[in-house]
Amino acid sequence: MQAETAGARQSSTPAGILEMRGIRKEFDGRVVLDDVDLDLAAGEKLALIGPSGSGKTTVLRMAIGLTKPDAGLIRIEDKYLWHEQRDGRLVPAGEKHARVARRPVGMVFQQFNLFPHFTALENVREPMVQVLRLSRDEAGSRAMELLRKVGLSEHCHKRPGQLSGGQQQRVAIARSLGLEPKIMLFDEVTSALDPELVGEVLRVLRDLAHATDMAMLLVTHEMNFAADIADRVLMFDAGKIVESGPPSQVLVTPRMPRTRQFLRAVNDR
Amino acid sequence: MGLRPMTGFSWDWSFAWSILPALLKGLAVTVQATLAGFLIAFVGGLALCLLRLARLPLLSPLAWFVIEFLRGTPFLVQLYFTFYVLPNYGIIFSPFITGTLALGIYGAARAAEFYRSALEAIPPGQWEAALTLKLPLSGVWFRIILPQMWPVALPMLGNLMIAMFKDTAVLSTITVLEMVAVAKDIGVQTFRYLEPLTMAGILFWCVSYLTARVIRTVEEKHAS
Amino acid sequence: MGAVAPYVPFLLGGVQVTLQITFAAIALAVPVAFILAFARMSPFRAMRWAGGFVIETFRGSSAVVQLFWAFYVLPLFGINLSPVAAGILVLGLNEGSYFSEVVRASLRSISAGQREATVALHLPRFFAFRSVILPQALPVMIPPFGNALVLMLKFSALVSLVTIQDLSFRAGLIATSLGTSGTVYGLVLCIYFALALMLAGAVMVLERRVNRWAGRDDTARSGFFTRRQSSVPPWAFGR
Repeated sequence: MQAETAGARQSSTPAGILEMRGIRKEFDGRVVLDDVDLDLAAGEKLALIGPSGSGKTTVLRMAIGLTKPDAGLIRIEDKYLWHEQRDGRLVPAGEKHARVARRPVGMVFQQFNLFPHFTALENVREPMVQVLRLSRDEAGSRAMELLRKVGLSEHCHKRPGQLSGGQQQRVAIARSLGLEPKIMLFDEVTSALDPELVGEVLRVLRDLAHATDMAMLLVTHEMNFAADIADRVLMFDAGKIVESGPPSQVLVTPRMPRTRQFLRAVNDR
Repeated sequence: MGLRPMTGFSWDWSFAWSILPALLKGLAVTVQATLAGFLIAFVGGLALCLLRLARLPLLSPLAWFVIEFLRGTPFLVQLYFTFYVLPNYGIIFSPFITGTLALGIYGAARAAEFYRSALEAIPPGQWEAALTLKLPLSGVWFRIILPQMWPVALPMLGNLMIAMFKDTAVLSTITVLEMVAVAKDIGVQTFRYLEPLTMAGILFWCVSYLTARVIRTVEEKHAS
Repeated sequence: MGAVAPYVPFLLGGVQVTLQITFAAIALAVPVAFILAFARMSPFRAMRWAGGFVIETFRGSSAVVQLFWAFYVLPLFGINLSPVAAGILVLGLNEGSYFSEVVRASLRSISAGQREATVALHLPRFFAFRSVILPQALPVMIPPFGNALVLMLKFSALVSLVTIQDLSFRAGLIATSLGTSGTVYGLVLCIYFALALMLAGAVMVLERRVNRWAGRDDTARSGFFTRRQSSVPPWAFGR
């Protein structure tokens, strides 16, 4: 029933690379996402802003299958994350199907989550060996190339514990890029960093955004950064998208009072 | 491992019922030994712990050695040692008292380690703060340190009591008629082992489960 | 003491039996602990329940009762285990039940972020466990494993109650034939203590190795021989 209605809605929209329809999620009776629709076109850079607890991070976690929605549909390229098509109908599918469906998505976390017992190089190389089935040599040289791009080739044999927060986050970015995702999720990637280390990570992200045709979904509190790289900005509040549009509109001349209030609070920081 | 035709695999309820009073009497002995032994462990453990931490010449290293030695050797052999050696020095106790004493001493060594870890868990800042308050030494211990030690130590001591309860089964080897000895005696006399040993196991389980529940409830009350 | 001297080789034979039983039982206990821990963490309720049942059964009642049960009652069901097999089985399952809690807590101690990173990187599940979760959990398990090993050594003395000729059993034989129980049992206590020290030392070597395998640079921080500075200050005792 629910799948059919959502399916009907889907047919009316152009096919983006990521699509969410009617997403709903509760944690312990608290509504985190309330009937959210979201479309991401191939190559599009989408920034999610809003106060903490408004559901932005949950949207990201759902896009890679870390959190399962209570209701709604998530489509990544031509596959539905938690549903599969059978006899022309969508039926719920399990973890096994989701593992395949979410494969084009990569994610960078606020807390880096590097593997502490691997070196920087191993952190980037091992997923490539395991997932892309590359030889260790081939993966190693590609990993070195990625580390060079994020400016860390001379630190490749250090463990995460020996690197600064900004360096760790750059390794984490390289690690995700290694799997050649079509959609990248960035979850407040500078929030856990000391202020003087934010710049180096943003610079890497900015170069990346301008140089690739990867689609990106970014949760960020850095408004100037969002204005610079985003094609579109979504303003979240209390589990709903309250405003959406190009950064020149949402970030400069917002229509909604809630957005105005939020931006004022951020700029007064 | 070989297979034999099933013999005696039939639970006899009337037999089980008839031996229950004897087993319960044995359980009473088990509980008495546990409680008396635990009392020794509770007090003796604190004494051993403080002695070890006090950095006294000779005495503290000795306390350290006694704790480690008792913790590093099997209770069964400690029990035999106590049971056979005490009479050599003219000390003659009943097996029950000897067994309880050995149980308590072994428990004291384990309790000493629990007390110590609870004391070490108190941040050094607490000691330093106590120093700046210029409290008398007894005040430092009784008003600042011990009140912080108990919540950490008590759950560990509760688990120790349950462990000691199960260890009392070893006292059957020096003719203390606790529950396991009773169960085994019934087996020897009637050639039926299934009911007495199974019932002894279940009774052990019930008492330790209930005790664990009580401890957890107390712990939660303490925490809130 | 002199009277015991001729029996030393006989006692040393007991040491061998004791160590064999200890190692066999711990070799059983470790896989049992992992299996029970996995069962307890399983997404299936029946598995969690079964794991919990086994753990509670073995932890709840006395090992002595379990040993007698395996020795006297199991044959009634047509299962005739040798005393050695029964002893190893009971010790292994018993200690495995206890150690499963250590395994579970260690696996749990790995942060959710690490787990989520393995999902977000699409790592195969076996690789994620073998190469990400386990190397971080194993070093946490080693110090409790040392305790479990010494516990098993002490535990193994119980098998003398079902006629296995281990160190404790032989001590009893010598004590009876010589009538000098004190010396014999004192000596045997010392032998057990020496064995416990050796096992604890061996685990420290193991700890260093596991740390190296897991890519942790810090060497052994805990153990029998390390004397940490006490946080209780000297003036606490009036000096």
